[in-house]
Amino acid sequence: MDVLVGLGGSDESIKTLRQTIDRTQAVGDDLTVAILEKPEAKRSQDEMYEQADTLLTEADINAELVRLEGDPGSALVDYTEQGEFDQLVIGGGTLSPMGKIQLGPITEFVLLNSPTTVKLVR
Amino acid sequence: MYDEFDPSDRAQGIPPTGEERIRDWLETIAEESVNVIARHDGAVIAHATLVPDVDEPAAIEERNEIEWELAIFVLQEYQRAGIGTQLLEHLLGHASDVGIERVWLTVERWNNPAIALYERVGFEATGSESFEQEMAIVLEGEDGDGNG
Repeated sequence: MDVLVGLGGSDESIKTLRQTIDRTQAVGDDLTVAILEKPEAKRSQDEMYEQADTLLTEADINAELVRLEGDPGSALVDYTEQGEFDQLVIGGGTLSPMGKIQLGPITEFVLLNSPTTVKLVR
Repeated sequence: MYDEFDPSDRAQGIPPTGEERIRDWLETIAEESVNVIARHDGAVIAHATLVPDVDEPAAIEERNEIEWELAIFVLQEYQRAGIGTQLLEHLLGHASDVGIERVWLTVERWNNPAIALYERVGFEATGSESFEQEMAIVLEGEDGDGNG
């Protein structure tokens, strides 16, 4: 399966990438990793790129690593439309102090606009 | 009470189902939280809570310096009877008495009965960029010192 994972630079992004790597190793998917431009994120785009590169190298996965500029939601959906991906993977929300799952505006945009199946990682 | 909770009334993943998961969840929100319950014939039928929005609840020094997340749960057969409104009025009144000033919550955007309830007790929408509507209220202390 051709899988694209979109990462914004939060701790959630790291968890999403780790799970996707595990899945890729288990089933032999073709993986593309897109690093989004999200200035408010904990990690800058460069930091996220470096960290993703490290995690992929450690896992010995030969994935394509790309940087997407501009609004993260629409950049990711555009990129998905241009490729032939079977699945788009993104983080599946953060937990509030109460334990409520909260999905951000990027997640909502991607869910509503993605041309392909979207997987939310918890 | 949460064992009786109708899973279709769950919001944003809470309350969880199954006694063990319910106990785990209540334990994580119990520390330093402020709670009000309603009973009918002795059995708990509704619960409203304020959970401190901090990493270490034990280290809270001044309640007015932090934000508190609110949630309320009313068992399905006791809904639409004004219990939620009364519970929230008591919870927010008590919160104000113990020095809490800033309270926020999120609610699923399509959950109109809940949004109406929150508006009734004074919450105002603060942002709606995604599936959840965020709302907040500033409580004024009894002495009305205007710090809010």
